[in-house]
Parts: sequence; C-alpha cells; structure tokens
Amino acid sequence: MKDHATLAEEFIKDDARTNWHDETLWFVRQKRDKAAHGLPEWEQLREWASQIKNHTLSNMESYLEEFEKNALDNGVKVHWAADATEHNQIIHDIIKSKGITRIVKSKSMLTEECHLNHYLEEQGVEVVDTDLGERIVQFRHEPPSHIVLPAIHLKKQDVSDTFHEHLHTEKGNNDPTYLTRAARVHLREKFIASQLAITGVNFAIAETGGVVVCTNEGNADMGTHAADVHIACMGFEKLIPKASHLSVFLRLLARSATGQPITTYSSHFHKPRAGQEMHIVIVDNGRSDILGKADFRNALKCIRCAACFNTCPVYRRSGGFSYHTAVAGPIGSILNPNFDPKKYADLPFASSLCGSCSNVCPVKIDIHDQLWKWRQELSKGGHLPLSKKIMMKGMAFVLGRPALYRFGGASARWVLRHMPFLVKFKVNPWYKQREMPEAPKQSFRDWYIQNKKK
Amino acid sequence: MKIALFIPCYIDQFYPQVGQATLELLTKLGCEVDFPLNQTCCGQPMANSGFAAASKDCDKNFVRNFTGYDYIVGPSGSCVLHVKEHLKDDQHSEETIHIRKHIYELTEFITDVLKKEVHNAVFPHKVGLHNSCHGQRGLGLSSMSERMLPAFSKPEQLLSKVKGIQLLKPVRTDECCGFGGTFSVFEEAVSVKMGKDRIKQHEANEVEFITGVDVSCLMHLEGILKRQGSKVKTIHIAEILNTEA
Ligand code: SF4
Repeated sequence: MKDHATLAEEFIKDDARTNWHDETLWFVRQKRDKAAHGLPEWEQLREWASQIKNHTLSNMESYLEEFEKNALDNGVKVHWAADATEHNQIIHDIIKSKGITRIVKSKSMLTEECHLNHYLEEQGVEVVDTDLGERIVQFRHEPPSHIVLPAIHLKKQDVSDTFHEHLHTEKGNNDPTYLTRAARVHLREKFIASQLAITGVNFAIAETGGVVVCTNEGNADMGTHAADVHIACMGFEKLIPKASHLSVFLRLLARSATGQPITTYSSHFHKPRAGQEMHIVIVDNGRSDILGKADFRNALKCIRCAACFNTCPVYRRSGGFSYHTAVAGPIGSILNPNFDPKKYADLPFASSLCGSCSNVCPVKIDIHDQLWKWRQELSKGGHLPLSKKIMMKGMAFVLGRPALYRFGGASARWVLRHMPFLVKFKVNPWYKQREMPEAPKQSFRDWYIQNKKK
Repeated sequence: MKIALFIPCYIDQFYPQVGQATLELLTKLGCEVDFPLNQTCCGQPMANSGFAAASKDCDKNFVRNFTGYDYIVGPSGSCVLHVKEHLKDDQHSEETIHIRKHIYELTEFITDVLKKEVHNAVFPHKVGLHNSCHGQRGLGLSSMSERMLPAFSKPEQLLSKVKGIQLLKPVRTDECCGFGGTFSVFEEAVSVKMGKDRIKQHEANEVEFITGVDVSCLMHLEGILKRQGSKVKTIHIAEILNTEA
C-alpha cells in the first residue's frame, strides 16, 4: 500500500489542480475566520464546548443510560453495536425484517467508517446517498475526500462528466445550476421510492433522548419524512448532556465548518411520527479503547466540523485520498492509528506540526500534540521503517557525544565544500528541489574560541 | 544575571553568522553571555521523528551544559520550544525543570526579560516577515490568525524600531513554510510545495529579504530560492537587529 508521502507526491504533480484545491479550502478557512470574528465570545464558546465534552466523556456511562432510557420512553428502539460488523448487521436485520430493497441515506461519516454501503449492496440492497457531494462520489465509486465537502477534490467538469454518464445530462454542460437541477430531479425520485432512511447524528441529547442532524440540503428531513422507517446511527461520543448545550455547539459547528452562522437545517428527531418506526444504533467500534488512553481520549471530543482539514497546509496540498482512510486530515491522523497502528503509521507524520489545527478546533482538541505523541507510540510499537530507526539512533549517538558531533560537523562541512557531488545528487530528498546550505570554513564554536573566549 | 547562549547544531555548523549576531546583540544590550562549549543539539530531530526515547544522551548533554545559569537564550524558536516542552533527564530533574522554565527565544528574551528596545539598527530594505510556527503558535511570540484575541508581535515590535526598514507581510500572514524538521525530507513533495507557495506570496510584495526568528525555516526557504535563481535573500532577525549605522 502507498503511504501518505507517496500519494501526496502524486497529487502534487498536477500543480494547477493542487493550487486550486489549496485555494478553495483556504477560502473556506477565511470564511470561518470572518464568522468567528463576528462573535466576541468565540474563545469562550470554545472553552465551554471543550469543558462540556470533557465532562461528558468522563461520565459517559451514566449519560448513555440516561439517553437510552429517554429514547425508549419516546418510543424509539435503541441498539448497541460493539463494532462495525455488528452495526452493519443490525441495520441489515431491520431492512430484511421489512422486506425492503431500496433505502436512502443522508451524510454519515460513521457509516463510511463501517463501510455500510458496500455491506448492504452485497446483500442486494440499493443504497442511495442523498447529500449531493456524497452522491457524486458514490457514482464514481470513490470515498469522500473531506468529511464536510465530500467531493471537494472534483471540479465542475468532473461532475458534469459523471452526471452525463449516470444521469444522462448534456455532455460538456458545466453549469452548476443545470447540474444541481438534474441531481434534484434524480434524488426526488429516490426519496419517494425509498421506504427506509438512514441518517447520521450530530448531537444526541441525554436529557431528552432526542438526536439532532445538521444538513445544508435538507436531505435528512426529506429522507426521514418520506420513509416508514428511520434509523439514526451514532458513535457514542456524539452525546451531550442537555438540550441547552446545543446553544454552544450549533453556534460553533457551522461557523467552524463553512463560516455560516448556522446550518440551513438543524433537524431535531425525538420520536417516531404516527405509523413510523424509529431506531437509534449506538456504536463503539474502538471508541472505548480511545476513551481509556489518557493521551488520546480527548480526540473523542470531535464534532466533525473539518476546520482542521481546511486550515491544514498539508491536507490542502495533498488531498483527502492521500490519507487512505474515511476520516482524513489532522483529526483522521490521530484517530486512525488507534484502529490500526500499522496501516496508519504514516499519518501522524503527514504534518509539519505547525499547530494551526489545534488553534481552529472548536472543541480545543490538542491535535498537534497528539500527532507528536503518536509518533512516539508508533516508534515504541515498532511500526516505523527500520531505515528511519537506524538513522535516528545514529544521529542521537553522535549528538549525544560533543567531540564526535564536532568531528562530524567539521567533516560534513568539509565534504560540502570539497566534494559536493557526494551530497548533491537527486535522490537526496533535500537536494531534489532545494540547494544545500553553504558550508562555512568555521563553525560558530570555532569562531567563538578564536575571538571571544576569555 | 548569568546568561548562557544556546546555538543549535545546524546554526553552529552552517550559519555561524547568526550565532555571532546573537552574541553581539546581547552584549550590546548589556548582557554578559557565556557559550558552553560542549553543547550539541536539543534532540528535536529525533523526538519529532518518534525517537524521543533515543535522544537521552543528547538531553543529558544539554542539561550538563546549561545547568547553573539564570537564563538560556537561543536564536531559534523551534529548538527553544522543544527544550521547554520535552527536555528530560530523570537524574537531574530539578536542573531540567529550571532549564525548561528559563530558556528563551532571542526576541522574547529582549522584549519580556530585558524589556528593552533595539535602537541603533539600520536596514534600509524591503523585508518580508516569516512567522515561524513554533515561535508563533508554540512560544506565543505573536498573535495567531486562527485565534480571536488581541493582535501583537514581539519580533515586529523589535523590527519596527529598525531605521529604514520596510516590513511587509505575505497575504497568508502565518501559514507554515513546510520545513517541519525531518518532515522536509520524509514528506519532500508537500514540504517543497508549501515553501514555494510561501515564497510566491513574499515575492508578490517585491521583498529583498525574508526574515524570521527560526533559521530552520529560513534554510528551507533559502534552498528553494537559490534553486529557483531568485534574487530574494534570507536573513535571520538577529542579523538585522545587530546592524549599525
Ligand atoms: S478535530 Fe476539531 S477542528 Fe477537526 S473536525 Fe474535529 S472538531 Fe473540527
């Protein structure tokens, strides 16, 4: 499997497209800045959000029980899934028991994480993603490249080609209004034909047993209103204690994600309407393990706003697919190694540790510190390439011994001055696109001894 | 006040002029400065690559060299931040804590500890200011574009007193230049792309120099500038502050 550095290099080969990707997401970051500047209490809101989430994580057990009890009282069926397989089976069992073959889904990163679409399609169920961006990547058999803007890696003409192939729109018509209208007609048919709707969950409220789903397209509402069965899927970290806490989170979420004051639709689901069935599936899938790790648990505070993606100078220039996982970007780089340290050992290194992610994060996750800690964990666990280990141990050996360091430094400078061809060749990754620093005759120390030492 | 000068390994070897400027500047400001002769490296390259545990000897050597001073000052935000956050020597934990609490990056040492301005510097040029991430976001040398807090900048505060200087900031005032330590070689493509983008924004301002508090970022940018055949030069902030009429 190719690692982040290799996939990023492939992405960057198309310089114009990389610039476009970078600028598009930087524009979203700027919209976020503007929206945040509009709230004098911004930093206070972040602090509250962080504290509420910390509190909830520390009392997860009792809040989960409270949530379940209230949801059951509301007439909702509650299911518990230990992992992705159980999650997928629970959903399939509900579908099977109703004899349903066509379902609609509104955006849910959890179902991506569990590879639900693939699983259901293998069982002969047609799954239609109804978020426009999700639908586009679904047509193309691609995963989303961004958790809020799933098709951000695509340009207008890519969408036009995809729609031409699947929806028979005019070839070469790149007009966004035309394309969106075509998608709308297509999706309306799917909404009407479907008997079951799956949604994700942005916030689950212990106090009421209800869930809140935020969308800009209203597709969660359209799906659930037309269907006889609604299944809402959530990782347990979506819990918040009280409905009034939404006044903190809803204000932060949309501003951080897109710079909007609030998402167009914040839909509250409490109970099934007459004649409808409502299910909530609560998923663990590795989350309990994370909760048990002092250094990494607060990654579970994440509200999936993607602000850390948009600000990340690496993500903007390497694209979502370079992270080879459902949740990419900085938060993905600290979550995924929990699930599979070997497969995702490259991700904590896909960062210059600039720290911008931690600064934008609306719930104050210490993302860049966790990236650093993951590097140490992965090294301890033996998940890093041997070549790197030998190199670093070698460096540590020299730098721990002043005399050896001085000898090494002087030799390196001598080589650079007298035999530069030994260093200046293109497989030296520094020299490929950069000149080496010039090598002075004298180190600072030599100069100091000669001129300053009393 | 006993002050030790910390000159990170790559400055010692490749940019001795930055060490000299730092020493001279501190002396001009009335400090008595010692340079412990057996210092090497802060251990950051290993630690950032996941091998903090392997840099024990390096850390010990650091503690040995820098024990017994009131302050330790270095012309590198990144190395200073690393020492502040991660220096470890269990056999000398008291000394280690003292070092971690009393190590300063050059500009913050001048503005916060000495509480002085640099008055005699002259640099009649168009200069672009690079905010290095570890200095800015790590040490808090200036306000950050992501946070909604009052604006300030310690490096700018000092540079604004330099005669003749025209200080310019790139459009994205504090985006990372892509150096990132070993990131610069293990993620070469992204690293260089980030550097090129930074340079493009400085060039749009028609600057003659790019300056900053971190030689490492400047070394990376210099490497790209030279390869591109650009006329723009890099210069460390200490070299500007140490100029005289
Ligand atoms: S880690 Fe923070 S910034 Fe990133 S998606 Fe989660 S909440 Fe948003």
